[in-house]
Amino acid sequence: MNNSLLYRLDWISLLIYLLLVGFGLLNIYSSTFQEFGLAFSDLSANSGKQFWIFIACLFVMPFVLYLKSNFFEHFSYLFYALSIVGLIGLFIFGQKIAGATSWYSIGGFGLQPSEFAKITTALVLSEFLSGIQKDISKRNDFLKVLFFILLPVFLILLQPDAGSALVFFALFFVLFREGLHLKWLFLALGILAVFLATLLFKPLIVCAACVFILFTALLLGRKRRRKINPRLYIIMGVSCIAFSYSVDFIFNSVFEQRHRDRFNIILGLETDTRGIGYNINQSKIAIGSGGFSGKGFLNGTQTKGGFVPEQHTDYIFSTIGEEWGFLGSSCVVLLFTLFIFRIIYRAEKQTSAFRRIYSYAFASILYFHFFINIGMTLGLVPTIGIPLPFISYGGSSLMAFSLMFFIYLNLDSNRLT
Amino acid sequence: MIRKYILLSFTLGTTLVFLIQLVKLQIFNPDYNDLSLNNAVEKRPIYPTRGLIYDRNGKLLVANQPVYDLMVIPENTSSFDTLELLSFLELSKEELKNRLIKARRFSTKKPSSIGRQISKEKQALFKEKIWKYAGFYFQKKTIRDYTLPIASNIFGYTSEINSFELKTKSDYDLGEMIGRQGIEKTYESKLKGKKGFEFFQKDRFNRIIGTFEEGAFDQNPEAPENLTLTIDAELQSYGTALMKNKRGGIVVLEPQSGEVLALVTAPSYDPNLMLGKSRTENFNTLVNDTLAKPLFDRGLQAEYAPGSPFKTLNALIALQENIITPTTLLSCNQGHYYARGAFMKCHCPTGTTNNLLRGIYNSCNSYFAKTYVKILENDESTAVSLDRWKTHLEKFGLGNYLGYDLPIGKRGFIPGSDYYDRWYQKGRWGPTTVISNAIGQGEILTTPIQMANFTAVIANRGYYIKPHFRKIKDKKIKDSLYPKNFTLIEARHFETVIEGMEEVVEKGTARIAKIPGIAVCGKTGTAENFIRLNGEKTQLTDHSIFVAFAPKEDPKIALAVFVENGYWGARWAAPIASLIIEKYLNGTVKRSWLEDRMINGSLMTEYMKPLSGMPFEINE
Repeated sequence: MNNSLLYRLDWISLLIYLLLVGFGLLNIYSSTFQEFGLAFSDLSANSGKQFWIFIACLFVMPFVLYLKSNFFEHFSYLFYALSIVGLIGLFIFGQKIAGATSWYSIGGFGLQPSEFAKITTALVLSEFLSGIQKDISKRNDFLKVLFFILLPVFLILLQPDAGSALVFFALFFVLFREGLHLKWLFLALGILAVFLATLLFKPLIVCAACVFILFTALLLGRKRRRKINPRLYIIMGVSCIAFSYSVDFIFNSVFEQRHRDRFNIILGLETDTRGIGYNINQSKIAIGSGGFSGKGFLNGTQTKGGFVPEQHTDYIFSTIGEEWGFLGSSCVVLLFTLFIFRIIYRAEKQTSAFRRIYSYAFASILYFHFFINIGMTLGLVPTIGIPLPFISYGGSSLMAFSLMFFIYLNLDSNRLT
Repeated sequence: MIRKYILLSFTLGTTLVFLIQLVKLQIFNPDYNDLSLNNAVEKRPIYPTRGLIYDRNGKLLVANQPVYDLMVIPENTSSFDTLELLSFLELSKEELKNRLIKARRFSTKKPSSIGRQISKEKQALFKEKIWKYAGFYFQKKTIRDYTLPIASNIFGYTSEINSFELKTKSDYDLGEMIGRQGIEKTYESKLKGKKGFEFFQKDRFNRIIGTFEEGAFDQNPEAPENLTLTIDAELQSYGTALMKNKRGGIVVLEPQSGEVLALVTAPSYDPNLMLGKSRTENFNTLVNDTLAKPLFDRGLQAEYAPGSPFKTLNALIALQENIITPTTLLSCNQGHYYARGAFMKCHCPTGTTNNLLRGIYNSCNSYFAKTYVKILENDESTAVSLDRWKTHLEKFGLGNYLGYDLPIGKRGFIPGSDYYDRWYQKGRWGPTTVISNAIGQGEILTTPIQMANFTAVIANRGYYIKPHFRKIKDKKIKDSLYPKNFTLIEARHFETVIEGMEEVVEKGTARIAKIPGIAVCGKTGTAENFIRLNGEKTQLTDHSIFVAFAPKEDPKIALAVFVENGYWGARWAAPIASLIIEKYLNGTVKRSWLEDRMINGSLMTEYMKPLSGMPFEINE
């Protein structure tokens, strides 16, 4: 059994995991480094804390790996319930840090239950959807799934921690994989497109473009003699126009200035490098100044000077960009891509629905973090404060992602049992 | 099945977008590197200490001394012993409070100065207590240190560059010292040296947090040149002492080299007044003294009528133009009528007949007036003759800047025909109109350094070397920089005039200037002068003037002494000049009775006369 587990283990993703965490530790050390400061592994330094949490994770790993896979299936509802209790408990026992009650404070270490809620939600989703005669395309089951997802989202939004709450929507990738009608995906993308286009251009132009696109689609469809309901197109056209104008109205009249600012800066409609745009601008300067091969470990001037706020947590990628240059940062991007691809590839090989769905959920959450976090540091996505998995400083994040990964490893290696 | 590929394609798309953005930021956008350097790296200049200044004998005159500014970083302060700090800075409580508030307003994280230019000794006393004052520290600066209280007019001074100058001088930084006036200004580029740079890593509050790349880009400053002046510090000190309580100037030259041995202006000031805490106060006191004008260099800037010493030049011109010979005899009867009803006084007794030699040593006005009329009648017209005369004088360095290496000066004035044509209209003036020029009065103006210079021409028998203050040891460089400037007068004529000048001291007007064992040649002057007092032209006591060189053969020293309102030349200027010659040539002065009289003599009562508001007597 022992030998066979080692044989069956997904060594490739384990290697990627170790590379990412190791590289993360180096960069946390660098971004919090001060001359004549603390040693790397000193517990009172950020890198030291992270290091010892990593050691703890490695210590936990064998236990998770040797559990029977159906342990997770059996206890998924219990875990989910526990995590919900944990989220509720925050409102009583939680520690208010930076305006959000997201933390339990246990002996100097902070514990963030929303990180662990991601695992339990993924588990419960897998358990529910793998049940007999469950069909996501049925309204009843879909509403139940929606409930499982939205309950933690609701509780996390109350903290408030919009970034962490947003992550749960990544699970929709799982739902689409498991049979949710794709029209919803196109609808979501269409809404997003109209939304962004409205902010960039005037609503009138967007509406004209919508009508033009729908009209050509209609004509092309006619030519190919498809069965088309023109009424649907008219409804879509009207709703596009209505949506566009309401977005314009909501954005300018309902949104607060700080919300508007975030979008405006990303869309390049506004430049403000001192106020709200400071973070993004400094992050871009850090990454841009790294050049092709970077300034070298501990030599980033932006990093040393502490110009990028939250650099060891949410903006860790700017340290990588500055000190390791294009080579280092593109390697990190490719490692994540490879990691996600690997998990999806292995997930598709699973015969058990539970294991496949869980792995898929893991990949989705990983992707979402990857997209939002790096997108933010590169100035492509509005500022949403979520960590870069395995790399950002943060004990709960590293522990939760490691645990999620170990469960994936367990389920993957026990594919045939 | 399309569903399998949704997440895959999203991932792939995202990766592509990220890589494109990374290429855009990191490879195709070099601006970001500059931006990050601006952000995080501070280039801090290191200034070399200014070059030292020595006198001609290698005596150190101008050095540097450290002073300290007490700096504060408001953010780092905690409560401190206010009384102790107040007594140390000699400030009132309100003033200290204001300075601290000002510092805080400037920046809480960057240092501001609380006390400026604190001396090394004072700083040393307080330094052992500074640990009790969190957030305070001393910052070292270098300012000038003058070893002797002399020659402030030659050195000039240094001060921080102002924002106006910064616009044109790009290689200076705010707060950097720049030479003002004098040697400090002329030789600024040599004395300044070349500054170096240190690079520091800053943090987001603009605070220095360490060196940048362990100083790999740092540049060391280049040490400046030290200057050796032509000034003889001892002679300069002596001249300053002799001019105490008098107004005027002394210019001493070494005729064969054009080196300025001393340049004294009186009243003057101690260069150390321009340093330290009370510098502004002192400077304002000096600037506001509009009566004595201590910042006005009388040796270089004061334009006076040269008086009788000018007669020597007219004699030389007349000899060269064959108007007179050494034996030409001219009569004088306590003066003469040079035109109908116009009489020029002279102190010769009635019935005197002077030859040139006697004309010089008795300083006969009639002799030179008659000669001057002949000079002006020599050519086809008075105008042509006058311009010819002017050309001669210009060759003596008169009527224009001499071109010495200090940044101030005056041209003086030698009138030409165009001047009189404008003044009197063309053809409406003749030799008698301008007769005062004959005796160094009238329209002629010279500065003491120009007078010393023409004396040097006579001493050299026909040439001068541009006076200068920086000693150049290399003879080739010196000869190319300072060539001989010849006059249009033949050497033999000089010998005639020099004979006369020797007689001036031997048996003429300046017998008091006689020094045993040294053949001194000189010429006294007593120049009438006027001021406008309450709107009326008022005559003041004459200026006392003396020019001299010595020894007669192979002259080593030539000088001009000008004492304002000192009455006749032999009263003040001649004794002072002779003491300086004795001091320079013999090293010591034996005539201590004369020395005492000159040093202790004061003309302050003379200078107070026009200010008293009462009627006053002149030439007492």
